[in-house]
Parts: sequence; structure tokens; C-alpha cells
Amino acid sequence: MTASPFRFWTRLTLTRLTGRRAADLAELTEHLRTVPASVIFHHTHHFLVQHQHLSPEPPNDLAFWVTNVLQEDQLGEQLAAIDTVQFASLEDLRDRVVGVIDGYLETRRELRTAPPGEEFHFMDAISFVLPTAHQARTLAEFAQQIRQVTHGAISYHLFEARLRVGSDDNDFSRWLERDLGEREVAAGVRKLDPYTYTMEGLRQRLLRLIETRLGTSGSRP
Amino acid sequence: MTAGLDAYAPFVGRATIEEIRLLGDRLRGRRVQHVNSTAVGGGVAEILNRLVPLLLELGINTRWDVIRGGDEFYAVTKSIHNALHGRPVTLSEHDIAVYRETTEQNLRNLALSDDIVFIHDPQPAGLVAARAPGSRWIWRCHIDLSAPVASVWEFLRPTVERYDAAVFSAPQFSRTLPIDQVLIAPSIDPLADKNRELDARTVESIVTRLGLDPSRPLVTQVSRFDRLKDPLGVIEAFRLVKKYNDCQLLLVGGSATDDPEGQAVLTECRDRAADDRDIHVVELPPTANVEINALQRASTVVLQKSLREGFGLTVAEALWKAKPVIAGAVGGIPLQITHKYSGVLTHTIEGTAYWIKQLLNAPDFARRLGENGREHVRHNFLLTRHLRDYLLLFLYLGHLGESVITLD
Repeated sequence: MTASPFRFWTRLTLTRLTGRRAADLAELTEHLRTVPASVIFHHTHHFLVQHQHLSPEPPNDLAFWVTNVLQEDQLGEQLAAIDTVQFASLEDLRDRVVGVIDGYLETRRELRTAPPGEEFHFMDAISFVLPTAHQARTLAEFAQQIRQVTHGAISYHLFEARLRVGSDDNDFSRWLERDLGEREVAAGVRKLDPYTYTMEGLRQRLLRLIETRLGTSGSRP
Repeated sequence: MTAGLDAYAPFVGRATIEEIRLLGDRLRGRRVQHVNSTAVGGGVAEILNRLVPLLLELGINTRWDVIRGGDEFYAVTKSIHNALHGRPVTLSEHDIAVYRETTEQNLRNLALSDDIVFIHDPQPAGLVAARAPGSRWIWRCHIDLSAPVASVWEFLRPTVERYDAAVFSAPQFSRTLPIDQVLIAPSIDPLADKNRELDARTVESIVTRLGLDPSRPLVTQVSRFDRLKDPLGVIEAFRLVKKYNDCQLLLVGGSATDDPEGQAVLTECRDRAADDRDIHVVELPPTANVEINALQRASTVVLQKSLREGFGLTVAEALWKAKPVIAGAVGGIPLQITHKYSGVLTHTIEGTAYWIKQLLNAPDFARRLGENGREHVRHNFLLTRHLRDYLLLFLYLGHLGESVITLD
């Protein structure tokens, strides 16, 4: 079987300001219900690429704001614990976030208000997706490219293609299984919860999975 | 001579430079014109001096023009600037006439026919009257617009609305506008004298020359002598710390000779420092970039206790030197510091004193904050990210309103 090469793409984002802001949880949910899905994506994903050394916490802007500005620790923890990786679409993720806040609000009588200047600002991610010069035909080449590509490329193939494009698998696992027949490595990548790593940690984890396989198969160059 | 793009690879990685070149390839040959109000001095000119050569290197036909205006015009635009920052200023009919007349003169003298025209700040904003069909216009606002004087903003708003997009440095600076608004933070240049690596001997010699003791902890604030930077609050916080910790305080800023208010604040700082030999109030010329670099590197803790702030790039400068930074949670500072992860955000003098003591007494924690801060700056506040965002914005102008743009 001749494998078709894996072509690495990258995703770069420009942040669009929506002008929407929230000072308390009621305003937060009101906007969360109506903002474009790309806004949900931005606030649940930009931390992963922008804050390289902060993971595993805080995982998303909403949890961070609720915990650190509103000081609603319990809700912040619940929002941080949302298992983003299990959601196949941004609409499902939006429903879950709103549901968690609504559930919490049912138990609260008074809303805390953010101090002036510390409101939550809704932002949108404008994504630019473009092919890079990096390609791989074999598992060893794949490892080599994983070492070199940017965080934007890793993030694109692991998060964006799955969640924003509505695919049920990540690009790496699909190629590894379908084109290389590397079922175990593909399953290992699929099993990662990428939201609990820094991007650099994720790169190292991917490399370990591949190198373990290369070591056992004896095909390491 | 400005360093080429490849010179940044050691800081951000080869792949990041490749990505910038991929974007540049898609804009090759496009004509981009920047217009601002000064060729030297100020943050805008500083950044354009660095970015324009890099845009040219990428094959983007970039030029940079400066508007001309008399003293009266610049007095009016200074008033506009202050009003947009929230100071209670009103514009008279005469002021408005001066602004419009100078705009007209510049419209007669400037050719504004490029594919993309990038206007910086309010002074040249009115040039949009000359926009040619098919061209795209960007208004880049470097000012904190979170609480402008309403009448002055209403004067400017119809002009801003004629642009295709407005660019702000922090989310809270944006306004309700019918045009696209994007967030592009400013940046620091790791190769500039203010930020480049310095050897220990250079640092020590500068520290010693300024009368500081290199063997004792040093708490530093680098900023203009401006009440909004709260230098007197810094002195008060330091006094609270000194009861428990042996340390020195350095307040260092640019020369204030042309700024009467700055001169007054400087005098107040010196009076408040009085005969405390551990409080150093130092005035340096605006060209003292290597000295500022050395003083930041020599510091144990860096403060930016601002009460109001545009972006506060001195925070990024200190974080880039892996320093633990304690700063006011205002303006663009919360974008640079995530509290207790990449620095400390405070709201009061007592809180600032508390955290100075914490960081002096917990050097491992302080070091971790500094290291996180440096990585945060590496990914978000270096010149290459700024360049990349401008390229993305130029590309976006061909896809207005879209959220996912595929560039095959």
C-alpha cells in the first residue's frame, strides 16, 4: 500500500472584537447563548496556544474569569472541568457551558459583579488555514515534522479540524490509521486529552507515542 | 540597520518565521501605505521603524508617510488625545476648523492611492475622505478609548466609521462601531537595545554607576514621572516592605524637561524619598535604552503600579528579561500578566507591598513567574507576532465578515 503523504497545514488566528461584554453571570449566559460559534471556540481554545506554560490550568477564559474576577470558585471549577474533548460540535459545547452556568444560577440568589474594568469581553477568532511546506510519508518522517511544525499546526490538526469542521476524528489519527495502518499509534493519539497539556507538552507526548512505536518496530532510521 | 526576519528565528523558532513568509507570499506586490504624525519619537514611530523594513523584505510594497501640521494643529490633536483618554477636554469650533484645515492641506499633498492605507491614531484619521474605490483602509488606535469624553468621540466617530476596520490594543478599548474591530497588541523587539541580551559586566557597571548596590535586592519601576504611574504609591509600598526586607528602590524614567507636570511629579518623588538612601529617583535621557535594559535585568522585582495605562509595554520588557513583575490591573496589563501565573496583578499600595515581600521571600516562586512571563511574551508580544497579525489583517481585508479563511 502506498501511503498518501500527510501534509501539515497550520491555523493562524486574528482576534476580532465583538464589542460585547458581561459584568455578571446573567450577562455572561445571555451573550453565550447568542454569540457566533467561533466566539465559543475562541474562549475555549485560545488559552491553549497563547499561554504555553500555564496549563494544565486555567483551561479556558470562562473558567478563569469566573474564578479570578467573580471569585465564584465552585462554578469556575465546574467550567474548568467541562470535558471539551468529548464534544463533537461547538453547538454542543455551547449548550454544555450554558447549562453548567444555568444550573449554578438556580442555586444562587445574588449575582456578583465584576469590578469596573474587569468585565468579560467577548472575542471572536478569525481563523486562517493554510498549507505549510511540511510533509510526511512515513512514521519516522511524521515524527521529524512533529518536532518542527508550529503550535498552530499541531493545534489545527488536533483541535480545529475536529471541532470546527465537525469531523469525528483528529487528522493525525485518521492518517496514521488509514494511510499507514498504524492503528495503535492512532488510537494512542485519539486517547490523548489534548486540553490537559501545554502545546509543547502535547508535542512531546505525540513524539513519545511515535518513538515508542518506532523503537518496537525497529524501523527507526 | 534593522535586522532581517531570519534574525528572529532564535527567539520564536524557524517554523514561525516560515509561517510569516507563507503569509507574506500571499501579499507579495500589494501596496501598503502607513500614515502617522511623526517620524521620530513615540511608540508608533518606533514600531514602524522596525516593521516597515520587514514588510519590504516580505515583498510587500510598503511606504510610510508622515502628515504635516503646525503647532496649533498639534495642540488640537493633543487635546483630542487627552479627551479620548478620558480627561475633561472640549473642542471649540476653532479647534475643529484647525483640525479640518490641516487635514485638507495633507489631502492635497499626500498621494493616498495604495491598495491598503493604514492610518495611525486620530491625527491623520480624516485622510479617509480621500479613499479610492477598491482600496482598503485601516484605522489603528493606540489610545485607551475605554472612557472617552463623549463629545470628542462623537466628533471622531463618523470618520472612523468610514474605515474598513479599526485596530485596538486591548479589548476594553473597543467601541460599538459598524465596522470590524480587531485586537492587535503592540510588541517589543528582542533585538533592540532596550531588550537585547547584555553581559553581566555591562549590567553591573551601569548599576554601580547609578549608585545602586548590585549585591542587594533591587525593586524597580521604569516609567515616565506621571501621576497615572503612581510613583508616590510605589514609594509608600516600598516603605511598608522595608520594615521587613533589606532592599533598594529605583524609580527611573525619561527626562521630564519638556513636561511641566512630569517635572512636578519628579520633584514630589525626590521630596518623598527625602534622605532615604535606599530610594533612588533617576532621570535618564530617552536614548538611554541600554541603561534601562541593564536596570531591568539587575532588578529582583519589577513594578508597574499604573492607575491608568495604554498598553504598558514596560511590563513585556521586564517579563522578557524573566523578571517577576507586580503591576496594576489596568489597560493592556492583564493581557500580559495572568495573576499568579506570569506575574502579579494588584489594586492597592498595601497589596503591592504584600506581593513585593512575597516575591523577595520566595525566590523560587518569583523565578517561576518570571520564566512563565518570558514564555508568554515570546508567544504573544514579540515583533514577529505583531508583524504576523498585520499580515493576517491585510489578508482579512479581502474576506471581510468571514470567520474561517482558507488560503490554498
